[in-house]
Amino acid sequence: MKPDGPSQAPLERSSGRTAGVGPPGRPRADSRHILGSFPAQVALAALALVLAWEALALIVRRPILPSPILVFQAFFTGLAGDLGLHFLASLWRVVASTALAVALAVPAGLVLGQSERLNRVFTPLLYLLLPIPKVVLIPVILLFLGVGDLPKIVIIFLILFFQILVLVRDQAAGIRPELVHSVRSLGAGRRALFRFVYLPASLPAILTALRQSVGTAVAVLYVAELFATQRGLGYYIFLAGSTLFDYPKMYAGVVAMSLLGLGLYFAVDALHRRLCPWQFVG
Amino acid sequence: MINVRDLTFAYPDGTLVFEGFNWHVGAGEAWAVLGPSGCGKTTLLYLLAGLRRPKGGEVWIGGERLVRPRPGTGLILQDFGLLPWATVRENAALGLRLRGFYGPDGTHAPRQASGIAFTASAVRAQVDPWLERLGLLAVAGNFPAQISGGQRQRTAIARTFVLAPDLLLMDEPFAALDAPTRESLQNLTLQLRAESGLTTVIVTHTIEEAALLGKRVLLLGRLPNRETRIVENPDAGHLEFREAPSYASVCAQLRRALEAAS
Repeated sequence: MKPDGPSQAPLERSSGRTAGVGPPGRPRADSRHILGSFPAQVALAALALVLAWEALALIVRRPILPSPILVFQAFFTGLAGDLGLHFLASLWRVVASTALAVALAVPAGLVLGQSERLNRVFTPLLYLLLPIPKVVLIPVILLFLGVGDLPKIVIIFLILFFQILVLVRDQAAGIRPELVHSVRSLGAGRRALFRFVYLPASLPAILTALRQSVGTAVAVLYVAELFATQRGLGYYIFLAGSTLFDYPKMYAGVVAMSLLGLGLYFAVDALHRRLCPWQFVG
Repeated sequence: MINVRDLTFAYPDGTLVFEGFNWHVGAGEAWAVLGPSGCGKTTLLYLLAGLRRPKGGEVWIGGERLVRPRPGTGLILQDFGLLPWATVRENAALGLRLRGFYGPDGTHAPRQASGIAFTASAVRAQVDPWLERLGLLAVAGNFPAQISGGQRQRTAIARTFVLAPDLLLMDEPFAALDAPTRESLQNLTLQLRAESGLTTVIVTHTIEEAALLGKRVLLLGRLPNRETRIVENPDAGHLEFREAPSYASVCAQLRRALEAAS
């Protein structure tokens, strides 16, 4: 009846893709050394990358790979002008689609995760839908939703939705029954279990899903912005590279897009530390 | 306090655990349920907690037929059942927060005079004395992963006693703890029982624990459990009983009864 597991069992019954306890991803900082702090390490890595880029540019000596100095000039000039506007357009699309995905996938994942019957019904459907590369649907979505922000938001939403849904479902389904029993014995009904157990238990899964999805979301954003728009970093990069042949400008767009991804990644990381402090202790 | 009438229960695979089982627990009594693993001890406790439904028969607690977990019943499990994302103080306050969440609806929380506040400060004012009593104030801001097993079980005890239960159900509560911690928590259980006079049912597979904490011991054995076998142990219930001569003889009696039953 009762598992004879260790008393300090992790939150999940089986170690799934989401981390049970402990900070995922980021190495523990060694505060004794100034370069031991994580932001310092990232800055150092960025510097190394720029130096390698400069060296490569010197070796290649062709306009297609300009020096990072030229690129950063174009970046900062552009930032005050059109590049900044394109950046904001892209940022809005990513943030809106992410917010939409979280708002819809989390409740759906929680419901599926705690109802075996519903999960049995929907799992085959998810099994089919999850591996479909949603990017290929861009033309179809454009056809249905036309130009403007909505089709771009929808396509990113579709990708994030399934990733978050599956991770949240697995996390909710993996909650140890003993935990649910003891909270029910304190008086919790279904509503309170959602609020006090399933939702907080799934927060790490939500943030893990977001962290995993940031790269995909930005990549898809680029592809989505190649079509039927004149705003966004994807459009900016494509225009500068393939029409204007202004390579420093094109790379400035690439830098902006990378910073967008990096910023989102850091934002998710900070959110994780703030919302799940229990995973970063001990 | 507890009336189990003609109880029948089977595991999902069809194995009968209880068949026509009857049991009566009077108010204020201290019971231990003893038996080998797989004998249905935990199942019985979950039935009393309203977390399992009988296939047949009825469980009555406090004059009401049990159909769902009852607000006045406290449940303490071997693995503590603490929320890993909540601090010791937040965990201890969980029951009160749930009562604030539902209001005095009589289903999830006791029906009581309104005016009891569940604001953060009111909850804290009720929780902190228990944390202090159980030696948890110093770790009140820690998460369960940061404290010892004994402190975790104390947190679970604080969470239960903050709600002032009239019935305490414990499922192997100290089995995962080392011997000194187990003994100190057994003593704490005896003290809290003596002070509050609440009805207790502790499920254990340890003969010594049953002898120490149960003034009456219910023996479960081969499935399905049909008859109610009880060993009386009137001298139990105080700290010194461990050293009393009758303690050893009760342990021997329980051991014999257990061997006969399995």
